Amino acid sequence: MGQTKNILIVGVGGQGTILASRVLSSVLQKIGLEVKVSEIHGMAQRGGSVVTQVRYGQKVASPIIPEGQADIILAFEKLEALRWLTCLKEEGIILINDQRIDPMPVIIGATEYPDTLDNIRQRTKNVLVIDALKAAQEAGNAKTVNIVLLGLLAKFMDIDQVVWLETIEETVPPKFLQANLKAFKAGFATTENLNLGKD
Amino acid sequence: MLMKKLLTGNEAIARGAWEAGVTVCTAYPGTPSTEITENAALYNEIYAEWSPNEKVALEVGLGAAIGGARALVAMKHVGVNVAADPLFTLSYTGINAGLVLVSADDPGMHSSQNEQDNRHFGKAAKIPILEPSDSQEAKEFTKIAFELSEAFDTPVILRITTRVAHSQSLVDLEPRQEIPLRKYEKNIQKYVMMPGFARPRHRVVENRLEKLKEYAETFPFNRMELRRPEIGIIASGVVYQYVREVLPDASTLKLALTYPLPRKLLEEFASKVERLFVIEELDPFIEEQLKAWGIEVHGKDTFPIVGEILPETIRQKLGPLFNEESPTAKVQDSCVSFPNIPVRPPVMCPGCPHRGVFYVLQKLKLTVTGDIGCYTLGAQAPLSAIDTTICMGASIGAAIGMEKARGKEFARRLVAVIGDSTFIHSGITGLIDAVYNKATTTIIILDNRTTAMTGHQDNPVNGRTIKGETTKEVNLPLLCKAAGVNRVVEVDPFDLAKLETIVKEELAAEEPSVIISKRQCALLVKNFDTPCQVITEECIGCLRCMKIGCPCIIKEGKKVRINATQCVGCNLCAYVCPSGAIRKEGAANGSN
Ligand SMILES: Cc1ncc(C[n+]2csc(CCOP(=O)(O)OP(=O)(O)O)c2C)c(N)n1
Ligand code: SF4
Ligand code: SF4
Repeated sequence: MGQTKNILIVGVGGQGTILASRVLSSVLQKIGLEVKVSEIHGMAQRGGSVVTQVRYGQKVASPIIPEGQADIILAFEKLEALRWLTCLKEEGIILINDQRIDPMPVIIGATEYPDTLDNIRQRTKNVLVIDALKAAQEAGNAKTVNIVLLGLLAKFMDIDQVVWLETIEETVPPKFLQANLKAFKAGFATTENLNLGKD
Repeated sequence: MLMKKLLTGNEAIARGAWEAGVTVCTAYPGTPSTEITENAALYNEIYAEWSPNEKVALEVGLGAAIGGARALVAMKHVGVNVAADPLFTLSYTGINAGLVLVSADDPGMHSSQNEQDNRHFGKAAKIPILEPSDSQEAKEFTKIAFELSEAFDTPVILRITTRVAHSQSLVDLEPRQEIPLRKYEKNIQKYVMMPGFARPRHRVVENRLEKLKEYAETFPFNRMELRRPEIGIIASGVVYQYVREVLPDASTLKLALTYPLPRKLLEEFASKVERLFVIEELDPFIEEQLKAWGIEVHGKDTFPIVGEILPETIRQKLGPLFNEESPTAKVQDSCVSFPNIPVRPPVMCPGCPHRGVFYVLQKLKLTVTGDIGCYTLGAQAPLSAIDTTICMGASIGAAIGMEKARGKEFARRLVAVIGDSTFIHSGITGLIDAVYNKATTTIIILDNRTTAMTGHQDNPVNGRTIKGETTKEVNLPLLCKAAGVNRVVEVDPFDLAKLETIVKEELAAEEPSVIISKRQCALLVKNFDTPCQVITEECIGCLRCMKIGCPCIIKEGKKVRINATQCVGCNLCAYVCPSGAIRKEGAANGSN
């Protein structure tokens, strides 16, 4: 029985994390693995934290990732990256979109937005930060940030790119397909290195 | 070939209903149950409806079932409180074709006002409860529930929790079984529950329960899995999956039918293990029954009664008993969390029509009895404008009660706020009470043309059905007038000056009044207005605009800035700015 792998996707309501996790889980299913996904999206549209847990392997029982056992965290926003960092495995990888979205307590001045990236780098070593919005804009549609990040994730997953592209084609409306395929490729082509954190 | 598909528990239940030949599906939305009906509505063979509330949903469902068609009725846990009245007596009459009630419980309260344990309803109404542990079982158990319902002539509860409803796993897709409409025969003794007929029916219920208890002993989905004998675990629902993951070597009794419980099977399992645990979320429902039977068992002495039980808790509590090195035993640096991470609560959207109303209410320093919907967010800082939120519809009754307790003077500074869907769900009776019992309450109906909180379901106020057909709209002003309210006024909540004047006028009136604040939910608006911007040189740094809680307004140094990509140009901030520093992009000086 192979080891179960765990991916945590975190972000802010409205950022498109749910579509990204749908594509990811279909890809995993296509390559013949058992997949379980747990989504807490109670008030996702109202800008709260959104978390999706994806687990896959030969046999998966629980849909919930055990504490400190995420192999990869894909964070759509920096504060959410810091919030969920405790879920990361010692050797795990955290991929972060360099975007800041202030939560209400920060907006009203009740508290401050912490220094996220430095704190993350002090705590774990495999950190990669990209500007997905810029990449999405270059791909022709600012709304494809989620697919850029999915492309970045794919780079660390060792699954044939064809499967990803095929699944994106099945998932997104034809009107936006070209922009999404370009966005995926842009994320996949990221050249920045890991290992910017502590050693 | 058997197709497999990744489905959420809710999608799987809809699929199961379809495969089971269901033709009627009714519901009132509520997280985490909503997608069951949304998905059932996609099948052409199924008539689906959003009912005005859960009681009506169950009544339509029972009519369909007595009429001979298999019916699925879905709701969140608190919805069953609303539907409890028909449920208890439906247990007496029984059904004709199968009726399954899905109760979606929410341990941990991801999106609910309480975390009641609805297994008590099964026991109290004396009807069976099935609990699936993943999507495949969600589908299978839905089908089994219909079989049981018809075999025992009883409604059946399919109890799920958020983690089952909103987790995806692989499901085998099977074809639909066409179930012919059952014959309908008039049967007064069975279906007319007045005392003379109900007394014998109560006996039928008790006999049925005895038969169900016997049946539970051999029900193939209650499964004893004997492994190492040191620990035996009784579990159902998603907790069973956690146990398999965390303690794969433990002997396990997986319960699919959690009411009535299989006594002999439980006794047998208890005799085969050294220490027995029941791991159940929320109340000690199974544990208490075991103890009543004299079976020695650990439960709430080890596991929490509050909130969800997560795999980690099981590992911590029972892992050491196995002397096993648990894989997460060593805590690493990254696991040391960063202190004081700002929370990210949900907020009203930019341009939300509710915002202005709460701005006015807090400005006037009113007492506000609230209700449930997106507008409950008006209780959060910085608006902090709501005093009470209990259950759907409670705002109006609570306002009447406050007035009766504290007098008319107090009522001059008191309003009830209630959403359109909530008003239809259970506000109308409160309104009639206000009129009938001569309260002077002011009620604000927040009509955003949708049921926003649960994901924008259509409702009787907006004139569209779940199947996307147009239908008649409820005429709210006429409805209120027919109830005897003389003072009914409609207002656009973006016109703050007018809104404020109207609120003051209606508070002063010594009779009940209804203010209908009407504007579409911002998430449904297609074409937004030009965004606003802050003219930095004119901003005096008073930060008054930050008091409205719009997420687009960002503090920068001593002044503010507007996030133009999110702003929808509702002008609320411009209205509250005392120096006229906020204007539409491109607008000339001094105009806004
Ligand atoms: C008995 C019951 N059923 C369902 C729910 C779930 N629920 C909470 S708010 C809401 C509807 C809110 O709609 P509306 O009153 O129109 O307010 P909006 O969210 O649109 O502002 C629902 C269905 C609940 N809390 N209680
Ligand atoms: S979804 Fe609609 S009603 Fe709810 S907060 Fe957003 S704009 Fe307001
Ligand atoms: S106009 Fe002001 S209050 Fe309205 S959305 Fe824009 S920033 Fe927010």
